[in-house]
Amino acid sequence: MPTPSQHNDVQYQTGIRPLYFFLLVGGVLLFFLLNIGLGSVNIPLADIVHILAGGETEHSAWRKILINIRIPRAVTAILAGSALSVGGLLMQTLFRNPLAGPSVLGITAGASLGVAVVMLAGGTITSIFAIQQLSAAGSWLIILAASLGSAAVLLLILLISIRIRDNVTLLIIGLMVGNITIAMVSIWQYFSSPEQIQDYLIWTFGSLGGVPLDQLWIVAIVAVMGGGMALLMSKPLNGLLLGDNYARSMGLSVASARIWIIVSTSLLAGGITAFCGPIGFVGIAVPHLTRSLLGTNDHRVLIPGTLLMGALLLLACDIVAQMPGSTATLPISAVTSLVGSPVVIWVIIQRKNLQASF
Amino acid sequence: MSQFQSIISTEDLEIGFPARGRRRKSKTVASDINVSLHRGQVVCLLGPNGSGKSTLIRTLSGLHAPLSGGIKLSGSSMNHLSNKQASREVSTVLTDRLTIGNLSVHELVSFGRSPYTGWFGSLDQKDKQKVAWAIESTGSGPLIDRDVLHLSDGERQKVMIARALAQDTPAILLDEPTAHLDLPNRVAIIRLLRRLAHNTQKAVLFSTHELDLALKAADALWLINREGKIITGTPEDLVLDGTFESVFERNSFEFDRTTGSFRLHEPSKEPIYLQGNPVGVFWTRRALERSGYEVRESNGTELQVEVRALEQHFEWSITYQDKEHNSDTVQGLLSILQKL
Repeated sequence: MPTPSQHNDVQYQTGIRPLYFFLLVGGVLLFFLLNIGLGSVNIPLADIVHILAGGETEHSAWRKILINIRIPRAVTAILAGSALSVGGLLMQTLFRNPLAGPSVLGITAGASLGVAVVMLAGGTITSIFAIQQLSAAGSWLIILAASLGSAAVLLLILLISIRIRDNVTLLIIGLMVGNITIAMVSIWQYFSSPEQIQDYLIWTFGSLGGVPLDQLWIVAIVAVMGGGMALLMSKPLNGLLLGDNYARSMGLSVASARIWIIVSTSLLAGGITAFCGPIGFVGIAVPHLTRSLLGTNDHRVLIPGTLLMGALLLLACDIVAQMPGSTATLPISAVTSLVGSPVVIWVIIQRKNLQASF
Repeated sequence: MSQFQSIISTEDLEIGFPARGRRRKSKTVASDINVSLHRGQVVCLLGPNGSGKSTLIRTLSGLHAPLSGGIKLSGSSMNHLSNKQASREVSTVLTDRLTIGNLSVHELVSFGRSPYTGWFGSLDQKDKQKVAWAIESTGSGPLIDRDVLHLSDGERQKVMIARALAQDTPAILLDEPTAHLDLPNRVAIIRLLRRLAHNTQKAVLFSTHELDLALKAADALWLINREGKIITGTPEDLVLDGTFESVFERNSFEFDRTTGSFRLHEPSKEPIYLQGNPVGVFWTRRALERSGYEVRESNGTELQVEVRALEQHFEWSITYQDKEHNSDTVQGLLSILQKL
């Protein structure tokens, strides 16, 4: 029997992963600059760098556009992309289901319901925009409601998933739960005034531009909290990859890990949905793209990778949504669906069936 | 007697499923279990289908709560151990299928260090040594960069054993480690387990359906009988005192003590007295029993067959009603018998 001391030299190579991380960070920076540079008003890159560095410019409008509109929007894209993607990753690991994601399993629908309930309960409060204008307290209220809505749906799905191990069945149940919450929102809409419905509908299109500069930090706190929690959960998440039994036999506390994963996912998906509306397919597609790029399921690597990839992808989607050169703007969730759905189809085709792995 | 130090011992353990939902009463699978697992010992857990082999392994691993009774791990009661402490005493290889890809064998085996690593799961020098040793001892070295999704069943089982080894526990419990494996892989896995037990003084308990393999590989057997009781002993003792036979007894399915295997065929034809070269007798007996003859080892039958080993081949002479027929193949022997 070989003694352990003989194997000091055996080192496992992590390969070209550091290079990929370098590329991802570079990509996020590049797309951030592109995102704030491109738009209905063309601002040269040199001027952007100049303004960002704190310099003066002869076009004071450019500065206003950048500081008040484009930068908050791009920062929101980074936060939302990262948060939704990590939320999706957590769900895929929690359910061991390659097709889990905030929008697929009805988590964003749950968040919508939470938001709708707050709007309804407010009575005189007419819309999400009105609540946001109430100040930070109003924003926290909406985030809390959306996160609780997400958590409620997530818990329900989790309870069902303990009984039903079949992936496809679980997805269908997730869709149904999503439908139920959407139906509840519809009933609420039916009894609402046209103005309320209009505001709500605009919210459901999803928008990265809806977060005012002075409330951006709230979204940031929620995203960082959720993301930080996810990173701290890396070890139990890795254990869960092998299944609950193996995780427990390796000394991990599965029950508490589940709770923290749900809290983290609810914050990430709920918080972002509260401010940006339901943005579909980022959460399901980005973890797959990241896994393929980095070639690992180790969450200590995968979570940072997913954060960066999510930021990158949503910045890119937002550039497309802005339709540079025109004054029109597409709803962001339409663009993410156009990009994300093919990824989901690719995942299904690659796996050949959904029972198999991710 | 440190060699026989017990790693796992049970006291009036009762295993099964608690009352829950529509099941008003708890369901006992096996009870009055008083067994102990010692260092350096390979124990094989046997029992008919549904007798609770998996439940026992899961219960001893702490994955399933016992209905009553106690389990001691290295002398301390499992109830008083945290999940993490227990995971430093017992590691498991389960039948749960892995459904993930994008994970290298090295990463998978490293997860086995979970009970020892910090909150982020980073490996220190000692952890890395243990992982390297686990990979080396199981012969998984050539696999370390492979994706676990693309391993064959035999390779995956080996890697899961490496993961359990990396967990560095005095006991390893395995639920049907040889299921779905072909014969060479089965033998390789069993050899690996035996080597590990004897070289590292670990206690190994594995369940299997393969009685033949169990009889050959185990230092001790734990037999779960139909009454849900566990009988333990050395394989040969349990065979010789008839316990083994009685546990697996079923209509038209009996254990043959002389061959150490099960009779597949019910004798329907006349008895034959078979004698001669031992190797020839062994294989001739199989052919005759398959064809429905009852083979006897004492004279006094009408049909008699003698096997002789010649230089290059075997020869069979059949005596029936004082006439002798000869054949130089088993096939020839069978066709002569048919014509008689």
